Amino acid sequence: MTVTARSTTATERVGGADLADLTRSDSALRTFLHGLPGVDQVGAEARAAMLATRSIKTTAKQWAIDLAIRMVDLTTLEGADTPGKVRALCAKARQPDPTDPTCPPVAAVCVYPSMVPVAVEELRGSGIHVASVATAFPSGQAPLDVKLADTRAAVAAGADEVDMVINRGAFLAGRYLQVLEEIVAVKEACGTAHLKVILETGELATYDNVRRASWLAMLAGADFIKTSTGKVSPAATLPVTLVMLEAVRDYRAATGRQVGVKPAGGIRASKDAIRYLVVVNETAGEDWLDPDWFRFGASTLLNDLLMQRMRMITGRYAGPDYVTLD
Amino acid sequence: MPAFEYAPAPESRSIVDIRSSYGLFINGSFVDSQDGGSRKSINPATEEVLAEVAEAGPADIDAAVRAARAAFEGVWGRMSGANRAKYLYRLARIIQERSRELAVLESIDNGKPIRESRDVDIPLVAAHFFYYAGWADKLAYAGLGRGPQPSGTTPRPIGVAGQIIPWNFPMLMLAWKIAPALATGNTVVLKPAETTPLTALAFAEICQQAELPPGVVNIVTGGGETGRMLVEHPGVDKVAFTGSTEVGRAIARAVAGTRKRLTLELGGKAANIVFDDAPIDQAVEGIVNGIFFNQGHVCCAGSRLLVQESIADELLASLKRRMATLRVGDPLDKNTDIGAINSAAQLEKIRELSAAGEQEGAQRWSPPCELPARGFWFAPTIFTGVSQAHRIAREEIFGPVLSVLTFRTPAEAVEKANNTPYGLSAGIWTEKGSRILAIADKLRAGVVWANTFNRFDPTSPFGGYKESGYGREGGRHGLEAYLA
Amino acid sequence: MPDTEQIRKAASAKDSTKTRSRSAGTAVATEPAAPRLAVRKTYKLFIGGAFPRSESGRSYVVTSATGDFLANAALGSRKDVRDAVRAARAAVAGWSGATAYNRGQVLYRIAEMLEGRRDQFVAEVRAGEGLDRAAAERVVDAAIDRWVWYAGWSDKIAQVYGNANPVAGPYFNLTTPEPTGVVGIVAPNDSSLLGLVSVVAPVVVTGNTAVVLPSVDRPLPAITLAEVLATSDLPAGVINVITGRVAETAPWLASHMDVNGIDLTGAEPELAVELEVAAAENLKRVLRPREEDWWAEPGLDRMLAFLEAKTVWHPKGV
Repeated sequence: MTVTARSTTATERVGGADLADLTRSDSALRTFLHGLPGVDQVGAEARAAMLATRSIKTTAKQWAIDLAIRMVDLTTLEGADTPGKVRALCAKARQPDPTDPTCPPVAAVCVYPSMVPVAVEELRGSGIHVASVATAFPSGQAPLDVKLADTRAAVAAGADEVDMVINRGAFLAGRYLQVLEEIVAVKEACGTAHLKVILETGELATYDNVRRASWLAMLAGADFIKTSTGKVSPAATLPVTLVMLEAVRDYRAATGRQVGVKPAGGIRASKDAIRYLVVVNETAGEDWLDPDWFRFGASTLLNDLLMQRMRMITGRYAGPDYVTLD
Repeated sequence: MPAFEYAPAPESRSIVDIRSSYGLFINGSFVDSQDGGSRKSINPATEEVLAEVAEAGPADIDAAVRAARAAFEGVWGRMSGANRAKYLYRLARIIQERSRELAVLESIDNGKPIRESRDVDIPLVAAHFFYYAGWADKLAYAGLGRGPQPSGTTPRPIGVAGQIIPWNFPMLMLAWKIAPALATGNTVVLKPAETTPLTALAFAEICQQAELPPGVVNIVTGGGETGRMLVEHPGVDKVAFTGSTEVGRAIARAVAGTRKRLTLELGGKAANIVFDDAPIDQAVEGIVNGIFFNQGHVCCAGSRLLVQESIADELLASLKRRMATLRVGDPLDKNTDIGAINSAAQLEKIRELSAAGEQEGAQRWSPPCELPARGFWFAPTIFTGVSQAHRIAREEIFGPVLSVLTFRTPAEAVEKANNTPYGLSAGIWTEKGSRILAIADKLRAGVVWANTFNRFDPTSPFGGYKESGYGREGGRHGLEAYLA
Repeated sequence: MPDTEQIRKAASAKDSTKTRSRSAGTAVATEPAAPRLAVRKTYKLFIGGAFPRSESGRSYVVTSATGDFLANAALGSRKDVRDAVRAARAAVAGWSGATAYNRGQVLYRIAEMLEGRRDQFVAEVRAGEGLDRAAAERVVDAAIDRWVWYAGWSDKIAQVYGNANPVAGPYFNLTTPEPTGVVGIVAPNDSSLLGLVSVVAPVVVTGNTAVVLPSVDRPLPAITLAEVLATSDLPAGVINVITGRVAETAPWLASHMDVNGIDLTGAEPELAVELEVAAAENLKRVLRPREEDWWAEPGLDRMLAFLEAKTVWHPKGV
């Protein structure tokens, strides 16, 4: 994956305005964000529902399943995580189906900063990324210097991707500049690591807020925008992801820079994953149909993808005994 | 080669059983035509012959009307509302039970995508029968009927209704006609469109399954002549027609001076108005849905896009990008968005008007589209640089062709939207509620969709102003046309 | 419904057969044809879609019109009423938020299932109300038809009781009816099915949820109705049934601060006054008892009694 160096100089423009001007003050940023087109809730949900009726069969389904596997950020974010648990997860990440070497590995493993060294060790040489959550995940309710130290520690331990959470309290209170500046600071602390910015869409509550938060994160330098921590319900939904894909599409058209999208949490079935790929295909377009630009934050999804993969190959429905526990 | 190529996802045809020939449905049975002929019904996506269907002649029409009269006077017109309701509930239930079969049949006969017939047409058909079933024994509460209703009396039905429906939503138009007529106590003789008779004939079978008393519903297949005979038959008390304005005019002339009641649902050239503060992505969906849903074979289609000049370029760029994802092809493929044009005649009309558009100086654009070799197909098309004087801004094309005009102020948008002899529907796209309501007030159209388009519901009255016809179908208002 | 006569006869026949065959000295594998012993139904409460016994553990004897034992029905307590109100409240959002079409479909299907259980209802109405078969059949048919009539109102009441208002100014003004919430119902004591259905259906068709206190003397059709509801698509908690002594349970329903309305139809006059006074505490909408002809076509008032009217204004301007 190529790392797009982020320029904070005034050469970046959005819709004719200099980025530096937009981010000069809270009110300038608010004027821009509130000037973005609104999202009609019923219309957006109807569009997502219509895309969910696409029938993806046979060769298309096999292709989609393999792509979805390659897009999984295999995740464990529990208080009870141990090195043993993480090692097992990494083994699964390298070889999701031990009986079938044609099964591709996943994109990344996603863990807490304390588990990063274990993951780095286990995944060395595999090409699978090590993503770490940071910034006092999941709530983000900690002083900024603590959040930055969290980030630096993860990167120092070897994480090449960082999943941060935005300050939802500040966002909902309208302190957009504060939210932006925190993201910029975290991006700096990342160094060469890629930054995914978690919007926690379930807490943002409206699609208008999701659109604004998406643009805010991208203006601040996000490499990926991510729906959720997975710790709050609702997590990822098809319509929310649709709105975010529209945002990255429009952002690239305005600035030339491509940003990725990661829905996370609540995606358990292959059918759902395939629906997301359809939404990507018909919204942002095929440039995003690549693990470099689209990821699934999931844990149980992988086994369902594997079972569907087996069914496509053998013609028989598989069962839980035929896929491994992480 | 697109990265994500959807594999064929065909809905199975095996669920339908199309007979090689069909008779007329008169007085509860299928009978041969006495003095008419027959014609072939074809699948517009493949041009294969589906069945031979009878063409009703004068004696057939007479037999059907007399059967309807006998059923009205002997059984249906005197039956309690509660019992009429039960028959209608049965019809609704059977339609639900056979919904997949009916959807496939509709797509084969009409050319529309299975996704639409499965998700929109057939569910609405069942819902219409359910809705009007519930009115059958509640007519005293509808606030209709001539003069004040003394407590406890119920308004009376009219008698025998002659109903003629078009080919664009065959079974849905049948439901819109038959459900309110039966609920109020009338009996019907219905003529489906000549290119789409099959779901009406399936409905006749469903009437048999429901044990509907003979003569309450009669289906007489045939063409324009058959329709004319039905309209002119002296035994018909009420005429209901959905179709072109041209034929609607002829019918209005034909019933002049008689005691026949008439409702008409005719053509349209609806304006879909997009303001600069519209939710752009949803507006694009609304535009696409407004003109490409059902191949644009929709009387209330948003066939004129009126976009505020300040956002016109941006909106058109988004619209073209969106149109590039439309899938034209086999109606029975579950991923098809745009199906076949219903007939060679209609395809010719669309081509002729599109050629006129180019000649008049508008700029034509379609996304790259691979059209099948056999069958009747037309790529989704937009014309920009259209002005009010152009034929493609005034005449109903009834195909997947959008004419794009611009405006500067709300007043200008209203003026342009109303500047047409038609008045069926309109769309308004803006985030500002007060603007929606102010503009809706001024639009001379029977249906106004704000931040949505082509939404239908059995409870929601539908019908036009001006040359789009008169009378309403759906809702409490839909009862009025069938009450004395 | 347990056929007690049959059971008694069956029991005595069995005994004599056994004695005879033993004295005959032959090896007896089976008894000669004896009437089959019925598997008797247990009548419990219906709360939140489930059938619990009363938390008090009490029951009471339900007898037929002629004094024969029919069943032990649950004797509902104040805690049962409390639990039922909680279940009804939890169901309000989903039921009132469903489309009118969906509610109509659910209720219509219930009518289909009532039709399927016709014989069972006929037997219970006969036994409880002392009617002959033909009269009981007329009652059950009328009850099913009454349910169908109400099912058809779900997507029409707004068109009859709601409308735009032509206010004198540039405003869009719309009045729409909305369900009031949780409604307590004291069902008629005499008309155990037709009357029951006639007070319950109008409450729920518009989106309210209900806690029903059926007839104390003739509660069985209400529990059988609950069995129909439990196997239908009606979401849990929309209708809850608490059998027992209405005089004991109704005051708890009438005074409950999370109940929005109460139908006092089945309450004795003195009790009804007491209940109305209790209901005043949180200004419940009250439907007083009155002369009823359950056979007559009901008007709109049982639906309107538990509907609020919401009027929304919005300016019209570019």
